Amino acid sequence: MEQVLTQLKERMTDYQDDFDDIPGTVLFNGERLRQGYQLNKFLSSLVDAESRAAFKSDQAGYLTKFAMTEQQREAVVKRDWSAILNLGGNIFCMTKLAIVDGTPFQHVNAIMSGMSHKQYEDMMNSGGRHMDGIRSKRGG
Amino acid sequence: MARIVGGLCTSHVPLLGRVIDSGRTGEPYWQPIFEGYEPTREWLKSVNPDVLIVIYNDHANGFNFKYTPTFAIGCANEFNPADEGNGPRPVPIVQGHSRLAWHMTESLVHDQFDMTIMNEMDVDHGLTVPLSLVCGQPAAWPFRVIPICVNVIQYPQPSAQRCYALGKAIRRAVESFDEDLNVVIAGTGGMSHQIHGARSGLINQTFDNYFLDKLVTSPEELAGIPLVEYVREVGAEGMEIIMWLTMRGALDDRVDVMHRFYHVPAMNTAVGNLVLENAKAQ
Repeated sequence: MEQVLTQLKERMTDYQDDFDDIPGTVLFNGERLRQGYQLNKFLSSLVDAESRAAFKSDQAGYLTKFAMTEQQREAVVKRDWSAILNLGGNIFCMTKLAIVDGTPFQHVNAIMSGMSHKQYEDMMNSGGRHMDGIRSKRGG
Repeated sequence: MARIVGGLCTSHVPLLGRVIDSGRTGEPYWQPIFEGYEPTREWLKSVNPDVLIVIYNDHANGFNFKYTPTFAIGCANEFNPADEGNGPRPVPIVQGHSRLAWHMTESLVHDQFDMTIMNEMDVDHGLTVPLSLVCGQPAAWPFRVIPICVNVIQYPQPSAQRCYALGKAIRRAVESFDEDLNVVIAGTGGMSHQIHGARSGLINQTFDNYFLDKLVTSPEELAGIPLVEYVREVGAEGMEIIMWLTMRGALDDRVDVMHRFYHVPAMNTAVGNLVLENAKAQ
């Protein structure tokens, strides 16, 4: 039994280490979910028309309904997309905020990858971001 | 007896739905994509299935993080298109097949797949965009739909192997149903894309085409690839192509390719579409 538990623990640790080796990627695991639960609850609430109207008419007031951290609230108010992501935001929940704002998601992608909108668009139209050097922190 | 008469897989890029809904499919940027799906639309018309089983994932629309079922099956008689932040898509309500879905649920659970049973569920672009791509804009969808929703967005997700095995169990479930029905199964999502972080915009045409090749000839090889390698090669969001393996698992080991299409890009995403039938000569 002890051996089985040790193997299982090793497997789970290896799994996490392997994922951590992928550069430029934030994996939405249990830790992120716990960190971002209220933030994502806010973002997800925007799939409801009445909630959208309430948010649009009083953004700060609407945000107080969710027990987010000050940092998370500030990131939302500033539309600091990378900060929202790094504070536990789920990318699919974040799309709701972009849709409400009328921000094309490609602009969000450009910002998150440190490029201008034009640079990002040109990159996509010429076949996307090249795989060289973005597979592995260890192996390049 | 019900039988699976074919399988298709397709990307479910949300923007493609908006382009269809707003009548912009003829624009130069989009036209090649919709043209690429034309043979699939023709094939589906000729097969004329009674039921389409759609393997898809929700994107925090029909579900939020209050519950995250790993595998869920829609057992209701109808499913409304979800509001994803801009009102529901103007597409027909999706008609379910409650009796078959319940039979499948029973068969799947007895077959070691502990499905979450959904009696009310809105379906998002993961399901409705594939319907639009393969049917266009009919007044009503021409078949009933059984949605099977797979969690691919909250870690830990099921493995590629598990998704492939689900397809085999779905086939057993369908073939043990007493009504005479023609069923097509669809796997959705992909192909390579990542829409967050510094790797945003990655496209891996080499891996995508390897995946399209092997899905036909040796799906077990693809089923054996660990999730971390999918995330590495096709992006954190592109790894959803493991759902194509569920479609593949429901078909024979040997299949004929009825149509294959690949296009880069649809905004942030590589688009793929494959149509398979069980091989005529086994």
